[in-house]
Amino acid sequence: MKKLILAAAIVFAGLQAGAAQAAEGKALPARDWSFTGIFGKFDQGAMQRGFQVYQEVCSGCHSLRLIAFRNLEALGFDEDEIKAIAAEYTVEDGPDEEGEMFERPALPSDRIPSPFPNSKAAAASNNGAVPPDLSLMIKARDGGADYVHALLTGYADPPDGVELLDVQNYNLYFPGNLTAMAPPLDEDAVEYADGTPATVEQMASDVVTFLAWAAEPTMEERKRMGIKVILFLLIFTGLLYAVKRKVWADLH
Amino acid sequence: MAETANPGTDPGHSEDGETRRDFLYLTAAAMGLAGTAAVAWPIIDSMNPAADVRALASTEVDLSPIEEGMAITVLWRGNPVFIRHRTAAEIEAARSVPLDDLPDPETDEVRAPRPQWLIMVGVCTHLGCIPKGQRVGEEKGLFGGWFCPCHGSHYDTSGRIRKGPAPRNLDVPPYEFLDDTTIHIG
Amino acid sequence: MSEFKPTNPVIRWIEHRLPIFSFIDHAVGSGYPTPRNLNYWWNYGSLAGIALVIMILTGIMLAMQYTPHQDFAFDSVERIMRDVNYGWLLRYVHMNGSSFFFIVVYIHILRGLYYGSFKEPRELLWIIGVTLLLLMMAASFLGYVLPWGQLSYWAAKVITNMFTAFPIIGEPLVTWLWGGYTVGNPTLNRFYALHYLIPFVIVGVVILHIWALHRFGSSNPVGIEADGPQDKIPFHPYYTVKDLFGLGVFLTLFAALIFFAPNLLGETINYVEANPLVTPAHIVPEWYFLPYYAILRSITFDLWFLSAKLIGVIMMFGSTMILFLVPWLDRSPVRSARFRPWYKWFFWIWVFDVAVLTWVGANPPEPPYLYIGQVGTVWYFAHFLVILPLLSIFEPTKPLPSSIGEPVLKGGGAATAGAAAKPVEKA
Repeated sequence: MKKLILAAAIVFAGLQAGAAQAAEGKALPARDWSFTGIFGKFDQGAMQRGFQVYQEVCSGCHSLRLIAFRNLEALGFDEDEIKAIAAEYTVEDGPDEEGEMFERPALPSDRIPSPFPNSKAAAASNNGAVPPDLSLMIKARDGGADYVHALLTGYADPPDGVELLDVQNYNLYFPGNLTAMAPPLDEDAVEYADGTPATVEQMASDVVTFLAWAAEPTMEERKRMGIKVILFLLIFTGLLYAVKRKVWADLH
Repeated sequence: MAETANPGTDPGHSEDGETRRDFLYLTAAAMGLAGTAAVAWPIIDSMNPAADVRALASTEVDLSPIEEGMAITVLWRGNPVFIRHRTAAEIEAARSVPLDDLPDPETDEVRAPRPQWLIMVGVCTHLGCIPKGQRVGEEKGLFGGWFCPCHGSHYDTSGRIRKGPAPRNLDVPPYEFLDDTTIHIG
Repeated sequence: MSEFKPTNPVIRWIEHRLPIFSFIDHAVGSGYPTPRNLNYWWNYGSLAGIALVIMILTGIMLAMQYTPHQDFAFDSVERIMRDVNYGWLLRYVHMNGSSFFFIVVYIHILRGLYYGSFKEPRELLWIIGVTLLLLMMAASFLGYVLPWGQLSYWAAKVITNMFTAFPIIGEPLVTWLWGGYTVGNPTLNRFYALHYLIPFVIVGVVILHIWALHRFGSSNPVGIEADGPQDKIPFHPYYTVKDLFGLGVFLTLFAALIFFAPNLLGETINYVEANPLVTPAHIVPEWYFLPYYAILRSITFDLWFLSAKLIGVIMMFGSTMILFLVPWLDRSPVRSARFRPWYKWFFWIWVFDVAVLTWVGANPPEPPYLYIGQVGTVWYFAHFLVILPLLSIFEPTKPLPSSIGEPVLKGGGAATAGAAAKPVEKA
């Protein structure tokens, strides 16, 4: 039994090592997030500020195509606010009675429109590199929220001897260190609606919280349900053990 | 059978031990049943309309472009909805029909509280075809409303069945006026 | 054991016309005598059955919402995660259920190897079991492709490309598998159809598995055939409640994973939609395939007319197929490793070897992982082809107890000194 556990532990450790291999950048600083842990929750204030950062900075290049305006209810907006946010965007609809496509203001049921009509247009506007969609970014990278935050705040001058091409930027945490994305966050790039000072650190933290929600909006429900289910199962399994002992009592 | 050398537990033959054992089994069974029900619910509920389907469950329509005597068709929950801006003559005709003449008696006032606007689901209550009469020049049937070409149901200017196999008047969907020119259906 | 005599008139009416109640009673009820000394390693068979039911149930619910077209597959899975009521739960249960199914089945197999459950007269039961393992591997490989993430696509490409290693028929075979000139929409569609089919084939083979089991009944930790009624107890209520308790433990661990670490056993890159023009830096299969992956990549040299690729493919399939031969490679007259001190050592060394191969499979095929993997592969096959047969001949085994009840009733341990090792009683 102990040997089985030892074998399992080796396998598990090995798998983590494998994962660490994949992210070749510098070791990630671990951060405290409101949404990690058994009782993790998405901080609504941070999410609203993060959404503002997305709208004003990131959405110039990055799409968020899996999020619909109606999903923003989770950020604390009410129905009217969501209608207003949606109406600021236009989406293509049609064909109309003449067979033509037309533009109309977005509705809550629409998804957030992409900055580019297709990936080729995206690449053409970004020196050949396609800025990836951000809907799942926190789940799609080893290190998750810690990694994305480190990336956003990890731009630095290249070490001696490393020459950068025009289209390259040096980042301490990007695998291979050379990324086509220029540092997106500047001090006070955004004026927060709630008055919070918009330091690079603050904006990075807020947008990561927003993106963590975007990657998995059902996370809070999942953890809430998990606590109830596991509590139930612990009690139930305990009961089943008592039943087993009772039934086997006359044999032992 | 060997007796247990367990000081704390009854061997199970005394009445006390039996009720305790039964209580244990009963509690375990009850929890098991509750757990099974709790597992069954998500499985069943996953088949109910999902969030994106529910988001399209209602639609808002701007009535201002619809002139008197004209009609538009919008899509609601996958079905066509006829919205007609009725003329005074059509309203008069609808309101003067005696209820006895109607296979499915219903007053026009109930169907169209704002008489110039008639809003109905454009699906024949017989077997589901889409009646003609929305466009200029289409067959409107014997009562000036709509006509279903599949099996010959005639609907009047209030969308009520007058002649033919359809059992019910064209359904009026739940809707409300958000203001004088906008309705919210569903 | 006891005869089944129902008193309820409705049950009697049905039973007379279709003896299903007595059938159930004899299969898992009080009418099925089972050795009294089974330990918790015997829980894993029923757990595997439960895992299969969980996978089929969640799979059917997911199939109602999934779209098997390359332009829509990834998004349909995200729709399930975000919009379908409890869709996230169904998906996470199905995704992690696959891992738990393999954990449970691997332990079930280890139990069989340790206690000699595969020995006469249960060789066919064992063979049916290995067949089930192969079917499970096929089903999970096909299932992994369906979300159409980067690893879904590239794992499909790498594994199907393997078949080009076969001379002459290789290329046409792979084109036929793909339904095109690369992994594409026809491939995805047919993988979906087959992924839906195989679990029901598994159900059929499980019925054969249980049927074969019930021919002679379960083996037991001591490895001696149960002599008579005093060695057996009715399956119900003893093992039904023990299995239920084991299920409770399993579900608790499973719930902990699903609700609090649902992506722990997966790869993050599969949350990126498949891109045929971008190969991920590290293509890794799911953890339960890692040892075979390590074996595949450990062959780096050609041999005569056989390419390294082909040998690798053969060794990879061979590593599972060799399990079929175990009843004939391990001929020791003693079943249970409890009485086989040398075999016990080699068993755990082999388990450690598989753990090392799993770790190697997760890493890039470069030194030092490559060398370690090569040593691990050699040992893996040597265990079956060299160690087992040699042990059958040379191992000095401990003396067996005279009956199942004896170790328990006399206070444990082997029989009295002086008794020679008895050959296993043939049932």
